[in-house]
Amino acid sequence: MDMDTIFPFAQLAAKIAFVVGLSLGVVPIMVWFERRGSAWMQGRVGPHRTGFFGLLQPLADVIKFFHKEDFTPRNANKFYYHLGPMMALIAPLCAMAVIPFGSKIIIDNREVVLQIAEMDAGVLFILAFAGLEVYPIILGGWASRNKYSVLGALRGSAQIVSYEISMGLSLLSMLIIYGSVNPHDMVTWQSVHWWGALMNPFGALVFFISIFAETNRAPFDIAEGDSEIAGGYHLEYGAMKFALFFMAEYVAMIMASALISTLYFGGYGILPGMQIIIDAVIAQFGFGAAGAQNTLALFQVLSLLSKIAFFMFVFVWIRWTLPRFRFDQLMDLGWKILFPLSLINLVAVTLGVYFYNS
Amino acid sequence: MATINVSKKFTAREKSYIPAILIGMKITMKRFIAGFFFRKHDTIMYPEERRNYSDRFRGAHFISVDSSKTENCTACFLCETICPAECIHIVADEREEEHNPDGVKKEKKPLSFDIDLLRCCFCGFCEEACPKDAIKMGGNYEMATSTREEAIVDLNQLKRPMNGRREMDEGKKK
Repeated sequence: MDMDTIFPFAQLAAKIAFVVGLSLGVVPIMVWFERRGSAWMQGRVGPHRTGFFGLLQPLADVIKFFHKEDFTPRNANKFYYHLGPMMALIAPLCAMAVIPFGSKIIIDNREVVLQIAEMDAGVLFILAFAGLEVYPIILGGWASRNKYSVLGALRGSAQIVSYEISMGLSLLSMLIIYGSVNPHDMVTWQSVHWWGALMNPFGALVFFISIFAETNRAPFDIAEGDSEIAGGYHLEYGAMKFALFFMAEYVAMIMASALISTLYFGGYGILPGMQIIIDAVIAQFGFGAAGAQNTLALFQVLSLLSKIAFFMFVFVWIRWTLPRFRFDQLMDLGWKILFPLSLINLVAVTLGVYFYNS
Repeated sequence: MATINVSKKFTAREKSYIPAILIGMKITMKRFIAGFFFRKHDTIMYPEERRNYSDRFRGAHFISVDSSKTENCTACFLCETICPAECIHIVADEREEEHNPDGVKKEKKPLSFDIDLLRCCFCGFCEEACPKDAIKMGGNYEMATSTREEAIVDLNQLKRPMNGRREMDEGKKK
């Protein structure tokens, strides 16, 4: 087999391994950080006995999950019951496929675009899979044959469907500004002009609020409710099936952070001031054209990762700051405030772009 | 009936919630920095570090003994009588001469002295009723047991020299 046949598959496999490995590898760190971070914010200590700094706590959790009984409710619809947690994890992982995490690297005179699925309609793909995130909640809640689960599923799906509208509309305003649905073009546009959040701060805010609702994070964690509905859509799930739902929440957070970074905060575009470091590195080691591009790509990946890390922190930060919404307040905010505001914003952006271009 | 509406109209700034959210985030960030960088916390590391209760704290009971390890109790039943929870059960017996505490003549001794800690309400009446300062309440507050039977303590578990209440914590450690 010659190199030309193997290379496309090899580079694709490497990229998939990178993205999936990163998404799933961040989950234990986030679980640890959620517990320790919340402890710090509340003046507690948090888990600190397992390993250095309590870092082995997620490992201990996983061992516990594996040792638990793999329980299936008697009257549950077995197929959908098992499909729920799988879909919960698959949907955000698939959406990660179109997030570009760097421009391109050059290996052996071959260009490798740092994006798993190079499709022009990338943002639409993300929207489709973000919309799919409502299914595990409905499937999990309905198939487990529990009234509380169904209530949680109904509340959760109503919330996700409502906030998807304002999310979509604020995303649409960005598509009008960028004039493209290709994530690579968006990042290029933002590196030439300004970050999208500066061009359209209002849309960024609405989008930011909406993805909190989309990922079921506090203050919008209506789908779960320990006090009112005994648990929520994953009430009847135990052991690793519950852990899958749990992991899915964090993978969805990573996806949401990557999405908002790409759309509004320059994506893999290097952070301000980083150009100096890149120039210094290139001057120091005297790379060729390929080496310079690879160095740039490395820093681009680092930029995107630091942006994702920042937004992950904000997710945790907000969760331990704000109390949760009541269901009617949630619907009011979604339909009476965010939806009209995002519509007005869309019209304003459309007019702005029209007059700017003419 | 006339009612006075004291609720005020919210300003646009308050209604938008955003300044309030930012203030809240500032507070949690401060706590985060205090916890993460300066390792401040308001909780204690419980099993290693114990909270210091007042000397008047009423913990688990003990029955004081004299220098020859003989209990001071004379089985007078005052504590059993006054106990509102009826958790003290005494069986009295005659005391032999050689078991008199410190040579003082005492005619009775408890054959068994059981306290059901699950029934006890830690009111301290038994301690007040005792004419011999025999039953006392110590500082031990760790009374968890794995069975109900273990929570019923007998005379041998209760007997302990009295060196002030503070000693009870040390007695626990031995």
